[in-house]
Amino acid sequence: MWIESTIAVKFMRQGRTQTALIMVGISVGVSVIVFITALILGLQSNIIARTLGTQSHIRVQPPDEKNIITPNRAGSVALVTEDKRAQRLRSILNWQDVRDTLDTLPEIKAVSPVVSGPAFARKGEVFKSISILGIDPPRYEKIIPISTDIISGKFKVGAGDAVIGKILADDLGLRAGNKLRIESGDGRAAVVTIAGIFEIGVRDLDARFVYVDLKQAQSLLGLYGGINLIDLTVQDLFAADATAARISRLTGLKAESWMETNAQLVNALASQSLSTSIITFFVALSVAFGIASVLAISVTQRTREIGILRAMGIRRSQMLQVFLLQGGLLGLIGSAVGASFGYGLVMAFNVFGPKLFYIELPTYLIGSATAIATVVGILAALAPAWRASRLDPVQAIRYV
Amino acid sequence: MSDKPTPVLSLVDVRKSYNIGSPNEVEILHGINLTVQERDFSALVGPSGSGKSTLLNIIGLLDQPTSGELYILGQPTREMQDEARTALRGNTIGFVFQFHHLIQAFTALENVLMPLMIKNGKPKAAFVERAKNLLNEVGLGNHINKKPDELSGGQQQRVAIARALITRPALLLADEPTGNLDTKTAAEIFELFRKFNQQFGCAVLLVTHDARLSTTCDRTITLVDGQTV
Repeated sequence: MWIESTIAVKFMRQGRTQTALIMVGISVGVSVIVFITALILGLQSNIIARTLGTQSHIRVQPPDEKNIITPNRAGSVALVTEDKRAQRLRSILNWQDVRDTLDTLPEIKAVSPVVSGPAFARKGEVFKSISILGIDPPRYEKIIPISTDIISGKFKVGAGDAVIGKILADDLGLRAGNKLRIESGDGRAAVVTIAGIFEIGVRDLDARFVYVDLKQAQSLLGLYGGINLIDLTVQDLFAADATAARISRLTGLKAESWMETNAQLVNALASQSLSTSIITFFVALSVAFGIASVLAISVTQRTREIGILRAMGIRRSQMLQVFLLQGGLLGLIGSAVGASFGYGLVMAFNVFGPKLFYIELPTYLIGSATAIATVVGILAALAPAWRASRLDPVQAIRYV
Repeated sequence: MSDKPTPVLSLVDVRKSYNIGSPNEVEILHGINLTVQERDFSALVGPSGSGKSTLLNIIGLLDQPTSGELYILGQPTREMQDEARTALRGNTIGFVFQFHHLIQAFTALENVLMPLMIKNGKPKAAFVERAKNLLNEVGLGNHINKKPDELSGGQQQRVAIARALITRPALLLADEPTGNLDTKTAAEIFELFRKFNQQFGCAVLLVTHDARLSTTCDRTITLVDGQTV
C-alpha cells in the first residue's frame, strides 16, 4: 500500500487547487449534515423531555367493561341492540401483585399506583372542577418529580394534607396552610390542608391537579383499598409501545404508551427524522458526485502519467487503489474538517442562538459522519478508478 | 552454437493487425522475425508509418501481437495474463520515450526510484544510493530533488534514462529518445546509452529517425512496410 498511498497523496498535493475546492465542498456538506442532525436530535429530545416531563410513559388501567351477551342456542338467531357501557371508576384487581410483578420487569424504571378521579374543590360559593390524584409519594416522584416544582409550602401529602396547582390556588385565593373542601359526588367530601402549591407550567395540570395520599383518595372516590391506575416509566422511550403490549398480555389490563396518547407527536418526530435522512442522503449524494467528477477530471489529466506508471510495471489493481485512496482521503479529511466545523456551529448555536433549548452533540455523530463520508468517497472514486486501471498503456502514453 | 546464451528478445513471425474483423482491417506488421542478444546495441529505423512504434510497444509488452510469439529471456509471452506481463515488464524492460514522460508530482530522484517503489514499496537505502549514482552518471547529481518542470528537456530525458536503468533491465527500449532534442544534446544522450550498454551489459534497442546516430550502432534493423529488410 505504501507506493499507492504515496502516489495518491502526491497526486492530490499536485492538484492542490482542485483538492482544496472539493475539500471545501465536502466540509460544507458534512458540517450541514452534522449540524442539521444535531439540531433535529436536540429539538426532538427537548420536545420529548417537555412532553414526558409531566406524564408517565405507560398508563396501566383496568380493562374496559363490555356487555356480556349470552350465546345463542344452536340453530337459533338472535337480533341484539347493544348500548356500550359507561366505564365506571373501578379498581385494578390484585393491584399489589400487579405492582410487584411490574417492579421485576427490567425494561421498567419506575412503577407508581395512583387513585385518580374527578371531584370539585369548593371555597365558599365557588366550585372548581379538579382531578384528585392519590399517590404513594416516593414512587410517584420517580415518574414526575413534583417536589421540584413546589413554589410555596412543601410537598407533603397524607394525614389530611394536599398539594394543589398554582392556578387553582389563585382561582380560589388559597395559600399554603389554608383549608380546602373537596366534594366528589355521592355525598363524599373531605377537608384538607394545603401543604404546598406547585407550578408545573402546563395550564391544565396547574388548574386541576390535587395531590392527596392513596387512602384519602380511595375514600373520596369510593375505591376502598383499590387503585385505578398504574403509572410507569420505561428505560427505552421508543420501545414504550412494545413494553405496553407486553404488559397488556402479561396482566390482562389495558396498557397505553405515550406513543399512543401522543400519536401526533410521534408522527411529527418520525417526519422530522425522515426529512433529516433525506437531507443527509442528498447532501451525501452531491458530495459523492463532487468527488467523482474531480477524480474523473484527474484521471483524464493524468492519462499519460498513468500510462507511464503502467509501462514501469504498476499493476491494474495498484492503479485502482491509487484512485480509491484519493476518494477515501478526500472523504476522510473533508469530513473531519466538516464535522469539526459542524461541531463549532452547534456550539455557536448553544452560546449565541435563541437559547430555546440546548443541543447536545453526540460524539458518535462526528465519528459516523466521518466514516460515512470516507465510504462515500471510496464509492464515488470507483468509476474513475476503474477507468484509470483499464487504460491501455499504449493509448495512454500517446495521449496528449 | 549450443553454448550461445538465451537471447534477451526473440520474435517469431510476429503480426499485428488493427480493426480486426471489420472491412478496413489493416495489417501493420507482416511476420517479423528478430533476435536481440545480451549487450546488443541496435537501431530500429524506417520511414514513418512503417510500424516502428507498434513493434516497440509489442516488444515492450505494452501491446500484444495478433499472431506469432514473443520470447523475453526465453519466456513465451503470448498466453500471459496482464498481471504476469506487467511483472515481467517491470522486471526486465526499461523504457525511454520520445517525450521524457516523467511523473510531474515526484522529484527527479523519486522518478528514478519509481520502478523499484512500484515493485518493492518504500525504497531501501541501497536503492536510493543506486538512484543517486545513476543521476550522477547522467550528470544530474545536483538536481536530484528538483521536480520535472524545473529541469530542461535534455535533463528530463536524462532522468528518464536513469529511471529506465534503475531495475538493471535486461533490455532497454527507447522510442526516438533524441527526437525533440537539439543535435548536441542528442549526441550526449546517445553517448549515455552507449555508456550504460557497456557498463551494465543491457541490450539496447533504439527507434530513431536520425541516420547519423543509427550508423554508430552495432546493428541496424530496417523496417519497411511492416517487414524487416
